Amino acid sequence: MSGMTLTASPELTTAPAAVELDGVIKRFGAVTAVDGISLTIRPGEVVALLGPNGAGKTTTVDMLLGLQRPTEGTVRVYGRAPHEAVELGLVSAVMQTGALLKDYTVEETVRLTAVLFGRSRADAEAALERAGLTEVGKRLVGKCSGGQQQRLRFAMALLPDPELLILDEPTTGMDVAGRHEFWSAIREDTSRGRTVIFATHYLEEADAYADRVVFVRRGRVVADGTASEVKALASGRTVRATLPGAVEAELLAVAGVDKAEVRGETIFLHGRDSDEIARYLLTRTAARDLEITSRNLEDAFLALTADEVSK
Amino acid sequence: MTVMTRSLPRFGGFSLGMIKLELRRLARNKRTVIFTLIFPAAFFLLFGTSADYKTEQVGGGNLTGYVLVSMAVYGAMLATTSGGAMVSIERAAGWSRQLRLTPLRPYAYIATKIVLAMIIGAVSVAVAFAVGAVSGAQLPVSAWILCGLLAWVCALVFAAFGLFMGYLLPSENVMQILGPALAVLSFAGGLFVPVDQLGSTFATIAKFTPVYGVGELARYPLTHDGNLWLAALNVIVWTALFAAGAMWRFRRDTARV
Repeated sequence: MSGMTLTASPELTTAPAAVELDGVIKRFGAVTAVDGISLTIRPGEVVALLGPNGAGKTTTVDMLLGLQRPTEGTVRVYGRAPHEAVELGLVSAVMQTGALLKDYTVEETVRLTAVLFGRSRADAEAALERAGLTEVGKRLVGKCSGGQQQRLRFAMALLPDPELLILDEPTTGMDVAGRHEFWSAIREDTSRGRTVIFATHYLEEADAYADRVVFVRRGRVVADGTASEVKALASGRTVRATLPGAVEAELLAVAGVDKAEVRGETIFLHGRDSDEIARYLLTRTAARDLEITSRNLEDAFLALTADEVSK
Repeated sequence: MTVMTRSLPRFGGFSLGMIKLELRRLARNKRTVIFTLIFPAAFFLLFGTSADYKTEQVGGGNLTGYVLVSMAVYGAMLATTSGGAMVSIERAAGWSRQLRLTPLRPYAYIATKIVLAMIIGAVSVAVAFAVGAVSGAQLPVSAWILCGLLAWVCALVFAAFGLFMGYLLPSENVMQILGPALAVLSFAGGLFVPVDQLGSTFATIAKFTPVYGVGELARYPLTHDGNLWLAALNVIVWTALFAAGAMWRFRRDTARV
């Protein structure tokens, strides 16, 4: 799978990288959550952090925000230690389970955030406006819908006017309309050139909003490229057939096959040219019951993030 | 705003603006209002305003005034404890984690909570005294002022207690545990019933409990009775203990993440 790793070519600039992870490892006791991630994100990039649950996305985000310290390696945000970047308002976040106090109103919550960052009341009102919350400003947070609460977190994150905005599973638990509204707000905001990193497991979100996709699996980066590059990874098809006595190594040697799997009498061959593979199977082997399926992003995601055991 | 021109807020983020917003939120919390403003005044009216209490002289005032000071202490205690214990609710809700994503320093957060605790403590004492003044409590003018001030200032010990418990017990309903605990401590410390009515063994034990010192000190300007230094020592030692406990838990809490 190493061949699938695409690295965005680094550009030489004098400005510090928005994010610089260098050999970052994070262990919790015997568990290694992040296992050697090195990643550079340039200012203005919109990056999706994709991976299954437990891949290390949230731990990585926590380290970017100074909520966790790496066991090994270094994390820099705009050239600074993460907690400094947070204090200066260079980086802010909408967290997966970001807490809100139920007995504050929406407006008070944003004003408190403004006070903490030394911003004016006008800034607070502008943030409410941008998050589309002006109408529910007087409402108690506890009485807001999940989508409204998430937009409130977004308003709070916008307040320091951060250079880098981190969104950790920002639309989890939202309905389709809520997700749409949330992303519209984000899209409008990022058009102003903010750097955005969002962790998600909704592939369509990564596809629609990211200009770079980083796949994380078991604490490592397994693929890193533009959305279109990752889509290219997802092209190709799988040919399924019944073939008793097949040997995986022999199937892998077949022209055009880049991945082969044998499960009992059923074989799964993946490759760009499925016609060629099918022709070979039908003419040169005893294979029968052929079925050809296209890979989609979902499959690419599964392929990139699945355990090696199933290969 | 560019990367270079950003700066940190002064005083670690401790600000009047935050205190104002937090007070608004507190005033909205019915439980806090009932606990800290209505309870002590209601207890005073129930237990302190009978006709013979109003006629029995204590110091330069009457027994009703004596009970009033005790209830004011009780109210200040409840108020400052619940002020300190706010951290528990905020930790349980994950709000403390949210605050870590702001420039607010942990010590500025604690300072804000102490100031809030002392503000609601002051309001609690003021409400109790206002109710007392119109319900037959009599105190010399100096005692009205000094008893009130002492009840309030000494309640700082319970702000520390509330903070300690707030960090120790991560619960949304921490005051449901601390409320009864304070009632027990108030009995043990002679706030509801004078300690010498509880028997000599109990009276001795009472002197080592945290409410005893506050009660004795706060009533002193009225009664001029009891050992002032012992009471002061009690308050200082318990404040130090609770503050040390709060610092210990607070450091752990800050180091964890």
